[in-house]
Amino acid sequence: MLKINDLHVNYGGISAVKGISMHVPEKSIVTLIGANGAGKSTTLKAIAGLVKARNGEILFQGENILGKDAIDIVARGVTMIPEGRKVFVNLSVLENLKVGAYLRKDNIEDDIKRVYDLFPILKQRAWQLAGTLSGGEQQMLAVGRALMARPKLIMMDEPSLGLAPLIVNAIFDIIKEINKQGTTILLIEQNANKALKVADYGYVLETGRITMEGKGMDLLKNEKIIEAYLGSSKK
Amino acid sequence: MMNKINNKKTSLYLNILLIVIFAAVITLLDTNVIGDAYVRRILNLSAIYAIVSVSMNLVNGFTGLFSLGQAGFMAIGAYSVAIFTVPLAERAKIFYITPQNPVLAQIELPFVAALLLGGFLAALVAIMIGVPVLRLKSDYLAIATLGFSEIIRIVFTNIKSITNGALGIKNIPTMPTMWVFFGIAIISIGFMRLLITSSYGRAFKAIREDEVAAEAMGINLFKHKVMSFSIGAFFAGIGGGLLATLFATVDPNQFYFPVTYNFLLIIVLGGMGSISGTIIASFVVTAGLEILRFFDEPLTLFGISIPLFRPGLRMVIFSILLMLLVLFFRNGLLGQKELSWKLIIDLLSGKLPRKKTGEGGGVQ
Repeated sequence: MLKINDLHVNYGGISAVKGISMHVPEKSIVTLIGANGAGKSTTLKAIAGLVKARNGEILFQGENILGKDAIDIVARGVTMIPEGRKVFVNLSVLENLKVGAYLRKDNIEDDIKRVYDLFPILKQRAWQLAGTLSGGEQQMLAVGRALMARPKLIMMDEPSLGLAPLIVNAIFDIIKEINKQGTTILLIEQNANKALKVADYGYVLETGRITMEGKGMDLLKNEKIIEAYLGSSKK
Repeated sequence: MMNKINNKKTSLYLNILLIVIFAAVITLLDTNVIGDAYVRRILNLSAIYAIVSVSMNLVNGFTGLFSLGQAGFMAIGAYSVAIFTVPLAERAKIFYITPQNPVLAQIELPFVAALLLGGFLAALVAIMIGVPVLRLKSDYLAIATLGFSEIIRIVFTNIKSITNGALGIKNIPTMPTMWVFFGIAIISIGFMRLLITSSYGRAFKAIREDEVAAEAMGINLFKHKVMSFSIGAFFAGIGGGLLATLFATVDPNQFYFPVTYNFLLIIVLGGMGSISGTIIASFVVTAGLEILRFFDEPLTLFGISIPLFRPGLRMVIFSILLMLLVLFFRNGLLGQKELSWKLIIDLLSGKLPRKKTGEGGGVQ
């Protein structure tokens, strides 16, 4: 579904992403893990069209979307959930969902119902301002808002950031559920343990280069990864 | 459920009652049964201020663009009405130093046409300056729009064959009824309200909240900013046109940049992001500026003349009020809420609206 070939992204003179290639097959969960500053967010933003890549190729459903506008990319079915949730805090929950469906001209009632079924708490709080929600609820709203665009691919930037462990579990359950319903997911995470457990396939990004890749479960057992990202638990 | 239906019905009846009272009061004022020319003038001015303030709130409060160009757009609307509605016979008398441009000297338009033309010209200019300027953020945008507003004023002072320069244009036909001002105010504000509650309005608010997230939702930031900015300018132009017919005269100094601060004060006082708050504040501020006028006149108490009372004190008092407002009531009268009967009833019965219902982590 999404194929990236030799992607380079520069910020000013500094290159943040130095030629990465990856593949996200349809209906899968693929994760990109790595430390702070490895270039994870930059990669996602480049795919979403929010930063301009220097060169390389981003193929979505066979077409090169590199250099296209963010709006065009959303219209093709790629939605990003930005880091730190970024819900519209002074808009109600329902308004947030409606903004998510901004590019759609058809009826969105069914989609609102679907989001409410996934997250009953959002239905209870439909008229509340999004800023009054807890962190976990805001993350749910961010996911719900992304679903409103009926995306084929959802990209999530650190969905577990700043959330309590129990809530993190709930969020990952939801990620699995959405994937089961047919949406492809590209997940970037610092919480490598959780991310690799749900992912079909994982890539490890270090200072702008992919240093390792493999099935989620295989990477979980990889010693280097255990040492670098999961905390040593050998003893 | 029952309660909700009752509330809705009560609101409807109260709304109808309010409209009837409003129409009656305007009609009584109009037919000179109550009030006098001074009261009518202040109310008309308030209605104009309401249009311009709501238009400024659309840009600043709802779209989050810190624009200070309102006075410039008003000037465009005001001059459109001034240039095109003055009867042809009186033109030569007004343009007695520099003759009017021979083409313009032969065009006379009906008031509504000139008013709309002014609105459209203001919107057109807004698009022209918006395309380069709206790429700027917050305070840079404020400086650029403020500068634009001054440029308009200076240009209007200098293109004498069109605007009659610093002499201004006099003898603009005035309107016989308050309904012109209030009717246009209702239509304009109604239109802006519809816009704000539409999906465009949601996009404006999303841009105000977070540009990155808005763009990630597929909202074209630039297109919506230009749209909000030019619609705001259109209604500022309409407001300016009404001002011209209310005062029967325009000159460039009416659109000196501090005029914009009055509107800024109104939207901060009423609440950035609240239409009803802005309307109320427009009337309060306009009337307030008149009531405070006694500060500008010399005052003698018990035979001692108090030295503070002199022209200009009114503005000092206003500045102090603005500072207090920003320090203690940052959200203004209504914040981002809209006035509704429910809100009034809740307030009167002591049930203050719940502020935050943050029960953190209520997820599982």
